[in-house]
Amino acid sequence: MAVMKMKFPFQKRVKLAQGLWLLSWCATVAGATTFTLGCLLKTELHRRAEVMDNTDIHIVPNTLMIVGLASLGINYFASKICQDALDAGRFPRWKNFLKPYFAISCFFTVLMLLTVIMSYAMTGSLESSLKVGLRNGIRFYKDTDTPGRCFQKQNIDRLQMEFQCCGNNDFRDWFEVQWISNRYLDFSSKEVKDRIKSNVDGRFLVDGVPFSCCNPSSPRPCIQYQLTNNSAHYNYDYQTEELNIYLRGCREALVNYYMGLMNTIGAGVLSVFLLQVHTVLTAIHLRFLQTAMEAVAGNENTEIETEGYLLEKGVKETIMEYLDPVLKFLLLKNQVQEGETAPVTA
Amino acid sequence: MAVGKVTFTKAEREKLAEVLWLLNWISVVTGAILFGLGIFLKVEIQKWQEVMSEQGILYVPHMLITTGLAACGINYLGSKICLDCADTNKFLRWKLVMMPYIVCTFFFTACVLAGALLCYSIRGQLEESLYQGLRNAMRFYKDTDTPGRCYLKRTLDLLQIQFQCCGISGYRDWFQVQWISGRYLDMTDGAVVDRLRSNVEGKYLMDSVPFSCCSTISPRPCVQHRLSSASSDFSYDHQRQPLNLWRRGCGQALLDHYTGVMQSIGLTVLLIWLFELLVLTGVRYLQTAMENVLRLGDPESESDGWILEKSLAETACYNFDIIKNLGKCYQVDDDPNINVPSVAAELEVPSQQVQVQS
Repeated sequence: MAVMKMKFPFQKRVKLAQGLWLLSWCATVAGATTFTLGCLLKTELHRRAEVMDNTDIHIVPNTLMIVGLASLGINYFASKICQDALDAGRFPRWKNFLKPYFAISCFFTVLMLLTVIMSYAMTGSLESSLKVGLRNGIRFYKDTDTPGRCFQKQNIDRLQMEFQCCGNNDFRDWFEVQWISNRYLDFSSKEVKDRIKSNVDGRFLVDGVPFSCCNPSSPRPCIQYQLTNNSAHYNYDYQTEELNIYLRGCREALVNYYMGLMNTIGAGVLSVFLLQVHTVLTAIHLRFLQTAMEAVAGNENTEIETEGYLLEKGVKETIMEYLDPVLKFLLLKNQVQEGETAPVTA
Repeated sequence: MAVGKVTFTKAEREKLAEVLWLLNWISVVTGAILFGLGIFLKVEIQKWQEVMSEQGILYVPHMLITTGLAACGINYLGSKICLDCADTNKFLRWKLVMMPYIVCTFFFTACVLAGALLCYSIRGQLEESLYQGLRNAMRFYKDTDTPGRCYLKRTLDLLQIQFQCCGISGYRDWFQVQWISGRYLDMTDGAVVDRLRSNVEGKYLMDSVPFSCCSTISPRPCVQHRLSSASSDFSYDHQRQPLNLWRRGCGQALLDHYTGVMQSIGLTVLLIWLFELLVLTGVRYLQTAMENVLRLGDPESESDGWILEKSLAETACYNFDIIKNLGKCYQVDDDPNINVPSVAAELEVPSQQVQVQS
């Protein structure tokens, strides 16, 4: 018994094919847009790669790019099918491609949705990656003479000025790290020697921050050193001073920035996803068209009314038909590796 | 003899009309580009207008904006005219409008050229305005509590950070202004009072610079204070530490930035001007060709098109005469029926001398 049988006059077939063709082209453009959005995200993540510890988050833009390219190809293919759909002579050569087309199209549509969900799920991973990356950046700030680390100072300074932030969690992170290199410390000075002696690890720690933490909106010239010492500066209260340096931590600033970016991109990808779902649904209509065309084939009068159906057999039987080759493939694998322990099937 | 005479067949006239229709539409697009360039320049100038002493330079983007809008309108009208010019009957509708339209377009094209040349010649005025503006900005850097000047500190800091510059011609300009407000100076401190007293005008001058002068590419943490004494910071010798502060002056940096922007805009506007000139020439040829066809009476025949009917000198004299005579409200005619008393008075015979033949 056929599922969802419908009658198809010639005019309806023409309209259906034209509508599908237009939709496929729109979806092709949408696929290209997805690819571009993926490239954008990857570029932005790559720009700040020095303050990220690992590249786990790059899976989001990579998947987006793959899905975009695949969607581009699939929908271009679909538009080609639609173009030939009304020509009874050219349509049969596409017959064998329709089943794999449905399967692949569904797969990539689901993958698109998964990417958007993934981008939200990976916030934690991004945050911990930034935490470690920034901590290292601050630690190696002074090592401008060590190969491999000589640009950390420049990167951290530029980052703090651009994102208007200071330190990892906040500016106090600079108090725990020696960020002034020994090359620039006068070891003959008593003050320097005292400070180094008072520290367990022999590090020169100050309650000061680099100049890149300074806030240009402050009404007074920037106070960088002796931040916790109210008496060192005239008319200064460390507890109530808000505008002098940036109070926000760079980790929070970067996470907000990337989350904002991924939200915007996610919104765009969701709309592409909806368009893709629409296209898949119309691909189902294409199935109607295919079956209708099969009825026309062999008839000399191509403009007759024909019947189309969704599935030739019932739903269960069609699913079994699809899964059979997959199971056979896995079972075959099972038979070959009989001697070993049974592999875990998907 | 006519200037630039070309003969057109009917087919060529129609082709010319089509091509001009397309070119006019492209000109509408270039007019929109001109408008966009004007807006862009205005935005760029307004970004840093606090460090410019006068706003006179804004007339360049304003001119570009008006010219762009005019270009859109004129070329849209032109496309409508050219579309109708292919057919002699439809051309009659536009016959009276054509000449004024061409004159308007000619003046408008001259405006576009003037706009392009302005972009190149504005540099001197810009330099003056920038240096004066920066000098004021540095003087009022500390006045963050004075209305009208409270954002100068922020603007100047952001300027020095973004353009990677310090001071007007160099970092030493900061040594000559008091950039720390009296609100943050401890007047009970002996050192402060000494410094104030040692200055003629009672200003608190230091050999220090604000934090925004610090260079990000320096390998050492920024040395902002006590810059002129070599022994101030360990191993710091300002001659041999070129990377510590930004070396370039902000006057030069801003001037280079704006000159670059204006030169690119000026070049684009020049190209647009050349294109407009081409379109104008085409429209003039089409107009003269169509008028000659009407004069000959046969729509299918060939006709001549030209830029000027007589030579340049004759056309200039002719137009000059028209302008001269525009002022006169009473014209002297050669009509014999009109009694012109001034010359003929002596020739008149008194009536009693006329002998009546009976």
